[in-house]
Amino acid sequence: MAQETKTSAEGSDEILLSVKHLSKYFAADTNFFGKTTSVLKAVDDLNLDIYKKEALGLVGESGCGKTTIGKMIANLYRPTSGEILYDGKDLTKLTENERRAYCKDIQLIFQDPYASLNPRMTIGDIIAEPIKTNKLLPKDKIEERVTYLLNCVGLANHHRNRFPHEFSGGQRQRVGIARALAVEPKLIVCDEPVSALDVSIQAQVLNLLDDLKDEFGLTYLFIAHGLNVVKHISDRVGVMYLGKLVEIADKHELYNNPQHPYTKALLSAIPNINPRVKKERIILKGDVPSPIDPKDNCRFCSRCYQKLDMCENSPYPSMREVAPKHFVACHLYDE
Amino acid sequence: MEKKDNATLSANDIQAAAVLEKPESQLLEMWRTLLENKAAVLGLVIIVFLIFIAVFGRFLMPYEPNAADMTNTFAKPSAEHWFGTDQQGRDIFSRVIDGTKISLRVGLSAVAIALSVGTVLGALAGYYGGKIDTIIMRIMDIMLSIPSILLAITFMAALGKGIDKAIIAIGLVSIPEYARIVRGSILSIKENDYVQAAKVIGNKDSVIIFKHILPNVLSSLIVRATLGISMAVLDTAALGFLGLGVQPPYAEWGDMLGRSRGFIFSAPHTLIFPGLAITITVLAFNLLGDGLRDAIDPKSRK
Amino acid sequence: MLLEVKNLTTKFKSKKGTTTAVNQVSFHVNEGEILAIVGESGSGKSVTSLSIMGLTPGEVSGEIIFKGEDLKQKSDKEMQKIRGDKISMIFQEPMTSLNPVHRIKDQLMETILTHMDMNKEEALKRAITMLDLVGIPSPEKRINDYPHQMSGGMRQRVMIAMALSCRPELLIADEPTTALDVTIQAQIMELLYRLRQKFNMAVMLITHDLGVVAESADRVIVMYCGRIVEEAPVIELFETPKHPYTRGLLDSIPKIDEDKDRLFMIDGMVPNPLHMPKGCTFSDRCDKCMDICRQMMPALVTDGNRSVRCFLYHNEVEVSE
Repeated sequence: MAQETKTSAEGSDEILLSVKHLSKYFAADTNFFGKTTSVLKAVDDLNLDIYKKEALGLVGESGCGKTTIGKMIANLYRPTSGEILYDGKDLTKLTENERRAYCKDIQLIFQDPYASLNPRMTIGDIIAEPIKTNKLLPKDKIEERVTYLLNCVGLANHHRNRFPHEFSGGQRQRVGIARALAVEPKLIVCDEPVSALDVSIQAQVLNLLDDLKDEFGLTYLFIAHGLNVVKHISDRVGVMYLGKLVEIADKHELYNNPQHPYTKALLSAIPNINPRVKKERIILKGDVPSPIDPKDNCRFCSRCYQKLDMCENSPYPSMREVAPKHFVACHLYDE
Repeated sequence: MEKKDNATLSANDIQAAAVLEKPESQLLEMWRTLLENKAAVLGLVIIVFLIFIAVFGRFLMPYEPNAADMTNTFAKPSAEHWFGTDQQGRDIFSRVIDGTKISLRVGLSAVAIALSVGTVLGALAGYYGGKIDTIIMRIMDIMLSIPSILLAITFMAALGKGIDKAIIAIGLVSIPEYARIVRGSILSIKENDYVQAAKVIGNKDSVIIFKHILPNVLSSLIVRATLGISMAVLDTAALGFLGLGVQPPYAEWGDMLGRSRGFIFSAPHTLIFPGLAITITVLAFNLLGDGLRDAIDPKSRK
Repeated sequence: MLLEVKNLTTKFKSKKGTTTAVNQVSFHVNEGEILAIVGESGSGKSVTSLSIMGLTPGEVSGEIIFKGEDLKQKSDKEMQKIRGDKISMIFQEPMTSLNPVHRIKDQLMETILTHMDMNKEEALKRAITMLDLVGIPSPEKRINDYPHQMSGGMRQRVMIAMALSCRPELLIADEPTTALDVTIQAQIMELLYRLRQKFNMAVMLITHDLGVVAESADRVIVMYCGRIVEEAPVIELFETPKHPYTRGLLDSIPKIDEDKDRLFMIDGMVPNPLHMPKGCTFSDRCDKCMDICRQMMPALVTDGNRSVRCFLYHNEVEVSE
């Protein structure tokens, strides 16, 4: 494996992809004339750097916008505003044809292995399709490449003529991974890749992802709601709440020394696998509020147990570095 | 990387997973369910019979369908003239057989036009959404708000008389239905992960639409098209009745009805037989279409 | 003993053959305890609970003795009376378990009026009390809501209120938190725990989430391919798992407080119910598989309060089956 300037287990210091002030709004309601009257802010003014060869985890509850970010980076959604800088270019400003060219570098693994494979195509065709579409190899070499990819993800060559329905969830997820690998991407967005799988199969797929990362020098954006899974696979972890990034740090730092009240609550809510340990649990009151027409203040303040007087009426707190490379957006840490 | 670790799938695993239903055989399964439906089979048999007549009709005709015999007008059905003769002494049996060809041709061609144009329009509207969707679907709505036969007459007035013009007119008026079906299906299918996956690996939109989306709409289109043929046959007859369709002397069921309507009491057989032909044809396609719809609807499947 | 299940077997017939979803399952639930049934998809854990409730279309055999009476002998009408009254159930999907066209009030009161001798006013009062009990703020207002006006966590609370409105002695909770977010999961589990103490009711917790089991259960049953493979008190199960499947399952979960480069993996996958391997159903995935395992199915061997179905332990104690 090629050594980067400063490669370590945590990836290098070189930025692969940078997200700047990224927002995605959806129209939640329109009036009679088709004009938007209320907006759902799925992702709101978000900044994020992904370093080369790292695995960046993104956690948060449903509706926090983590999947939306992944889909924007993978070119499936067009951002409302903001930039996605990759290779010196802003991916959001490219034409349709230029955007397609970047598919080669950024791939996506989907959550539902049952829905993400075209039921009418054979496994071999599914894996060969990206190679053919992007004209990566001459026709006579494709066969060989598919065999190699099947082998990489732990499937046998004779599987290629079978259809997705003949496979279990775990095997289908392997096919989805092989398809993503086919174009030799630099970055793979993994959108909840194991949450639809059985516990015993999850470990198989997680180990596979780990192996492939080393073997192909991949960078992962790993999106999931399972905090233990994210911790296992990631080098750094970001926590999202209602379209905002609230905290981001190295995984050990984040899990051992969480700063944001939401991160603390989230971590304390994980059921402990040891029945003797009864954890002190921060039980949050109420539900995640609606992301439609949110106010300008801290989004978490309606459920926060450490709320300050200022939180209600101050603008959204800015990100502050509380420890080296540990950033938090919370008024508790304002100077 | 340890290959052995994740290369753990045995032949047994594959065999194990094979109980899950195979979507490839969806059409086959549909066909099987269809054969269990007696009414649909009846419809299918009639349609095969009608196609046979349309193709080999001229060998079955006892008389030249357009040959007038003014000495033998309005003859009652007899051994000589099974369905009798019309006001010009032409053999109705031969004319009904001859009309089968035209009715089926108009029906099939009109549906083919509507299907292809409607599919493309619906696909564009459904896939791209936004302004394209609004423009296309508003035009479709306007077309749907005018009674189809009235719209067909308007098109005929603009295009002129004749069978080819009738095909175009009838085809045009049924475009909106197909556009709607395709648009609706695409809206739901395009959210499927595998369609998104096709996008992520860099496919062009046209490939995504034709390779990954449309095959899934196929079954509902087949149903709609089958029912559409019966509508087209009926519309052809209506245009013929109004004298706008096929021009004399060619035999067309609607035209035959229209020209005989003055003799409904004095020579009812001149109307009954072409009328029956229309009814049977429409019924056959409706029976088959209903059967197909039940066959593809999983809720009705046992 | 509140509930005793003996040799429960549930079979489903289809065109492709007969599958045995639940195979000779015997267990009991004590009064006031939380019994967790753990398993992956296809383990038969949900079918077991539906069979007890008499809600499965499959062919059920065996005995289901609830407070000394065999539920299998009951008529449909008698079962309807028991369901929702003595035994209640909550499901995984809070989105679809409530009827969207009726107000919360009507659905709650319907349950209460069916099973309890109350007039409408008393039933309404009871309904409001129940909503308050499950932690719904301003229940007298929210009771007039329709299900879609509530969030997933709220709806699951309403489901619990409904299930508990007649003070059942046994609550069957089928994956009650799977569809919910982590912070909401914690709320719901805490609520279940509190209510079970308040009403002294027994809970049968069906789940695949071992974390939830470790936190709340008293006793655990592990199922695999329709059979019980291990049964133990919760602490013993997590500290000294015996069956290779239980051990593999515990090892394959990434733990939050430890760092491992690689996770332990159970090879292969759950076999097809129509093509079960000969011998032990876990044999082709087991890292301790012996010759005998491929020949015959081991019996469930009980030793004190623990049972395990594995040939590795057949020498230790006498065979009880």
